[in-house]
Amino acid sequence: MTDRLTATTAPYSIGVPPFRPGEEADFGGVFKEQPGDLWRPDPATCTSDDSAPHARGLLRVLNDAGEAKGEWDPKLDASELIQGLEYMMRLRIFDDRMIKMQRTGKLSFYMRSFGEEAVAIAQTMALENQDWIFPSYRQPGAQFVRGRDMVSMICHCIGNTEDNVRGRQMPVHYTYKEGRFISISSPVGTQFSQAVGVAMASAYQKKDEVCISWLGDGTSAQGDYHYALNFASTFKPPVILNVVNNQWAISTHANLATGGRTFAERGLAYDIPSFRVDGNDFLALYSITKWARDRASAGMGPTHIEVYTYRAGAHSSSDDPSAYRPNDEAACWPGGDPIQRLKDHLVLIGEWDEEKHEALAQKIDDEVMAAYKEACEFGDLASGPYPPASTIFTEVYETVPWHIQEQREELGK
Amino acid sequence: MPDMNMIKSLNSALSISLKDNPNVVIFGEDVGYFGGVFRVTEGLQKEYGPHRVFDSPLAEGGIAAIAMGMGLNGLRPVAEIQFADYIFPAYDQIVNEIAKLRHRSGGEFSAPVTFRTPAGGGIKGGHHHSQSPEAQFTHTPGLKVVYCSTPYNAKGLLLASIECNDPVIFFEPKRCYRGPFYGDPHNVPTWNGHPDADVPEDHYIVPLEQARVVREGSACTVIAYGTMVHVAEQAINDSGIDCELIDLQTLVPWDRDTVVNSVKKTGRCVIVHEAPKTSGFGAEMSASVQERCFYHLEAPIQRVTGWDTPFPHTTEWDYLPSPQRIAEAIKKTQEE
Repeated sequence: MTDRLTATTAPYSIGVPPFRPGEEADFGGVFKEQPGDLWRPDPATCTSDDSAPHARGLLRVLNDAGEAKGEWDPKLDASELIQGLEYMMRLRIFDDRMIKMQRTGKLSFYMRSFGEEAVAIAQTMALENQDWIFPSYRQPGAQFVRGRDMVSMICHCIGNTEDNVRGRQMPVHYTYKEGRFISISSPVGTQFSQAVGVAMASAYQKKDEVCISWLGDGTSAQGDYHYALNFASTFKPPVILNVVNNQWAISTHANLATGGRTFAERGLAYDIPSFRVDGNDFLALYSITKWARDRASAGMGPTHIEVYTYRAGAHSSSDDPSAYRPNDEAACWPGGDPIQRLKDHLVLIGEWDEEKHEALAQKIDDEVMAAYKEACEFGDLASGPYPPASTIFTEVYETVPWHIQEQREELGK
Repeated sequence: MPDMNMIKSLNSALSISLKDNPNVVIFGEDVGYFGGVFRVTEGLQKEYGPHRVFDSPLAEGGIAAIAMGMGLNGLRPVAEIQFADYIFPAYDQIVNEIAKLRHRSGGEFSAPVTFRTPAGGGIKGGHHHSQSPEAQFTHTPGLKVVYCSTPYNAKGLLLASIECNDPVIFFEPKRCYRGPFYGDPHNVPTWNGHPDADVPEDHYIVPLEQARVVREGSACTVIAYGTMVHVAEQAINDSGIDCELIDLQTLVPWDRDTVVNSVKKTGRCVIVHEAPKTSGFGAEMSASVQERCFYHLEAPIQRVTGWDTPFPHTTEWDYLPSPQRIAEAIKKTQEE
């Protein structure tokens, strides 16, 4: 990012975001980078130097008119595109329902993926089912791709008796072993280097299992990000490491949190092929992830990806972004909306229309509503029932030691 | 004097520090323009400028290390760790570096750093927004460990911490930011009208290393800090037993005289904290009270604490010490 803005350079440099509340947000309308700008290297031979232009540029497939262009076009069947659209729409409708439930106290807290729906969905669709997913909190959409039932997801969020993590974690901290979706933890970034370990274990066991992980632009300041890159660079396991640059870490814009270069370029210094991709472009995300998987599968090791997007909503239900950025900033973002862009593309190629879109939205809405009602039958945070208090004491260790058993008896529940 | 909640009184302390000492700088995640996720630093950047109150990159280890560097080179940094649960990436810097700097340099270097951090449960924060990790720092020589409980002591203790030449870990009970908490999640008052919300606008100090006797009594000494001070007060009222309630305020070094004199007077002692029991600060208190008051004790010392498990989400009211559990422990000390 050569356009990093600073408020002051004395006595030291303090960054500022492009706009603050009360200012008019204007990103210049469209991206200057276009599909076709960047060539597609052979994943089995690509070096980090080969990817230098990709780390500085922006890998796109969908142009501003909604056409798929350039050699990165993954040439997916219409049915696959419609499936991706369906997952993204499902996630947005699901999120909206959960936020409404949060406001009525049925869950304590929520985080939407609003504006970033394409990220985990396109990337997980590009993987194989045996691949490991090591998410942060804005990748719940991967679970749809892996077939998780919405009732089960809602039961977790509302902390009822059917919550598979027994009411122990805050909402959105999903665990889904069947889908190889590893438990989400609140401390940010910790998963990134753990993902490298997962990938090293795959390599050790000679399994064709790639591990993918994500963290945010803000989190890339943590040591865990740098540990991950260095270990990945050193051992070259089959891992795909994504920095989701949605530009905002709660109230802190990326301009306040790092110096001048793109996040992708950091990977070059670790000798890892690195790419900066349009994060609201379903096809580009799918394509680069498939490329990275092919590379990992060929024994060539890690790929580092900056997913350039925009956090269109609040950080969480506890956050109020109108205090630190203009309300219309998301609408001005040149990357647009990932659902709208894939929809426009499908319409353009004659595979979709407004009527089908509305019918699908209605169908999903009905399904989400039905799932919500079914989940609430097992209780919710506002009125219970909750998992029994005895679940506080179990699974701390493999077996319950005497001192915890004694405390359980003291509680008497 | 104006009524202030704890957020306002902490903000007032920070503002006074910035005004009085040009070497005070404040930074941490989201503390600058936004004023912190709990709004404790609200308005300070606007008033004192972006190089004195600034948003840091999201890296607690970095925050701690930068604070130490600034501190040893003449500044007096006040760094915020957004949640105490997130202090652990900074643990190495705090425990191995900052805490030991004065000692390992033969007294040639020191860093007057204050780390403010919201701690404790009661906000449905699950494992990672609820923990109370004070014992992980009381076990580290070189650190002073402070835990405030009211708007009044929050401001006075924070000013004392910032002015202290030793590094201080300053825990803020986030459950009590906007009101005291008496153990009933369905009845949560604000600080409005509470005597401890009567906070002077001007500078004042609540000295470190001094406990506060919240309530005098003769039948049992109850020792608590943070949110548990209020829960213990409720328990004492519920029990109908004439207890003396001590708010430790500073955990290291703790106020030996106030605690020992009280236990010698009452002959009974209950220690309350929300952190897990094993190796919790209550273990230190219990051992010390036993060493110093053995011949005055009429009953075994009781500890009422969080369980030795991760902090839960939906069942947090079964985890946190309740007025009922504390009252039972008080009664138990009267039976022997």
